[in-house]
Amino acid sequence: MLITVLTSQKAPAAAAVLVGKNVAIVLGSYGSGVSIAASETFKNAGVAAMGITCTNPNVTAGNDHYFRICFLDPFQGTVLANFAAKELGAKKAYCLGELGNEYDQGLISYFTEAFKAAGGTVISDSFPTNNSDFTTYINKAKSEGCDVFFCPVSIAYSTQIVAQAATKDVSFAILGSDTLDDNMVLDAAKGTDIKLYVSTFYAEGGNADFDAGIKEYINTNADAKTANGGNDTISAVTAMGYDAYFVAIEAIKAANSTDPGAIKTALPTVKYTGVSGDIAFDDIGDAKRDTAYIKTADNDNAAWKFVTQQSAK
Amino acid sequence: MEFAVSQILSGISLGGQYALIAIGYTMVYGILRLINFAHGDVFMIAGIMMIYMATTLPLYIAIPAMIICTVLLGFLIERAAYKPLRAAPRMSVMISAIGVSYLLQNLALYITGGQPKTYPRIPWISDTVTIFGARTYVVTLVTPFLVIALVVALTLLINHTKIGIAMRAVSKDFETSQLMGVKINTVISVTFIIGSFLAAVGSVLYFTNYPTVVPMSGAMPGLKAFVAAVFGGIGSIPGAVIGAFIIGICETLIKGTDYAIFSDAFTFALLIVILVAKPTGIFGEKTTDKV
Repeated sequence: MLITVLTSQKAPAAAAVLVGKNVAIVLGSYGSGVSIAASETFKNAGVAAMGITCTNPNVTAGNDHYFRICFLDPFQGTVLANFAAKELGAKKAYCLGELGNEYDQGLISYFTEAFKAAGGTVISDSFPTNNSDFTTYINKAKSEGCDVFFCPVSIAYSTQIVAQAATKDVSFAILGSDTLDDNMVLDAAKGTDIKLYVSTFYAEGGNADFDAGIKEYINTNADAKTANGGNDTISAVTAMGYDAYFVAIEAIKAANSTDPGAIKTALPTVKYTGVSGDIAFDDIGDAKRDTAYIKTADNDNAAWKFVTQQSAK
Repeated sequence: MEFAVSQILSGISLGGQYALIAIGYTMVYGILRLINFAHGDVFMIAGIMMIYMATTLPLYIAIPAMIICTVLLGFLIERAAYKPLRAAPRMSVMISAIGVSYLLQNLALYITGGQPKTYPRIPWISDTVTIFGARTYVVTLVTPFLVIALVVALTLLINHTKIGIAMRAVSKDFETSQLMGVKINTVISVTFIIGSFLAAVGSVLYFTNYPTVVPMSGAMPGLKAFVAAVFGGIGSIPGAVIGAFIIGICETLIKGTDYAIFSDAFTFALLIVILVAKPTGIFGEKTTDKV
């Protein structure tokens, strides 16, 4: 069953509904804040949960029921900082995150650490929840002469930032995390001269069979197409959701039962080769990953272009 | 220089958009003594309606249709949620307003599925222009003039037309004007219609500048516009406009400093200071004690 949860405050209630329905395993959530808030409910019920795109270390740290199939923030923040410093040659970075959002602030601190280690300087700001005027922050980054604008924020904010930066004739590149890997962000950048780079879990073209299958599904299902932003571009979260689903099936096979307890015991041993790469869990419950994909927005065609595979080293 | 011009332009534009919402708050308060908490959400619904209409209709039909639907929504809210409570204590109407606010937010959440929606580009006002080296949307420049034009029109309406005289009478004394033959239900409906119209126009300007609409989009601008209305003296239209410009400009200036985190805190701290130091606001009516 599917439950859509938008805020961390509502996560425990949604988790209780899932537990009440006697689910065998929980897939999700999309975000770290929500996952952490719901964690306790799953723990008490003895249900294993598998995070799909939540990248904060605290999701899996210090518990034995939360797993994840994606990479982590320290890794992602470092990858992006290395990319900015080495590939883009950036010296000064502007970081902007949502106030009180664990995901944003976590990534910014890992990025800052790695970027400073690479010899750069960093200016950081936070905006309040539900803010929609980002021109002031963009002006500030511009007048400070920053080379990159790092904003690992959720889609509602990132589309605004990209659209507003486009009007300001900015020279810096916008750098985003996996949350910016979304077709709505592409639409915001379409036809502008914004330079946009994002790190992500999967880039289209990584697995031809998977790409063809998903495109067929999207094009034959009107609701799926609308939810995908009205086109058939494959975002990384689609690939990750797909992999998570099959890892869960592998776990159920390994446990040979749909009992939540048995699945929880079997899950750490599961190994699966998904479309986003090999998936195996370490002692903490995190997937072992060592590279991230970097993509850039092709503003003429509203498509993502694969740039490089960047490692944390 | 470019930085300063850019910040001040952002502030004026934001202030103008707050002003259009603040007028709706202040007019309803002036007449009904009701803080219409649903007003910010009417503004958000106007944005969402525009997005859905623009997918099927050409813009020159979609914009008027959106404005008419928003006006209708404001009218229906008043008839359904406030009119039956006319004789009830003021607190009941306020709670009803909070209920409508949450109803609209959750309705929007249900319709959009919580997905952020991108506002359509409106020709000309979405174009970019360069002023003293600062690039901005045309809408930024249009907003203050449009606000001033609308306020002048509104002031003329209130001071020189029959409905305007009735509005002023109702705001002075509810029962007496009813005894004098003023049809208060019509007057109140007209107030909501004007307020919703301005919210609809404000939503076009606001979402052209900040082109993403989520169900919570109306909450913050609504709250800030409310603060602006209180700041200027709730019940006073010029007060609401000046209050909105002051709040919009201060907010953007603070965001440009190292204290950017405190920009919202500043707005609400200002509300507290005003309420303590001058409870009636800058242009508030003086209350005379009747003996």
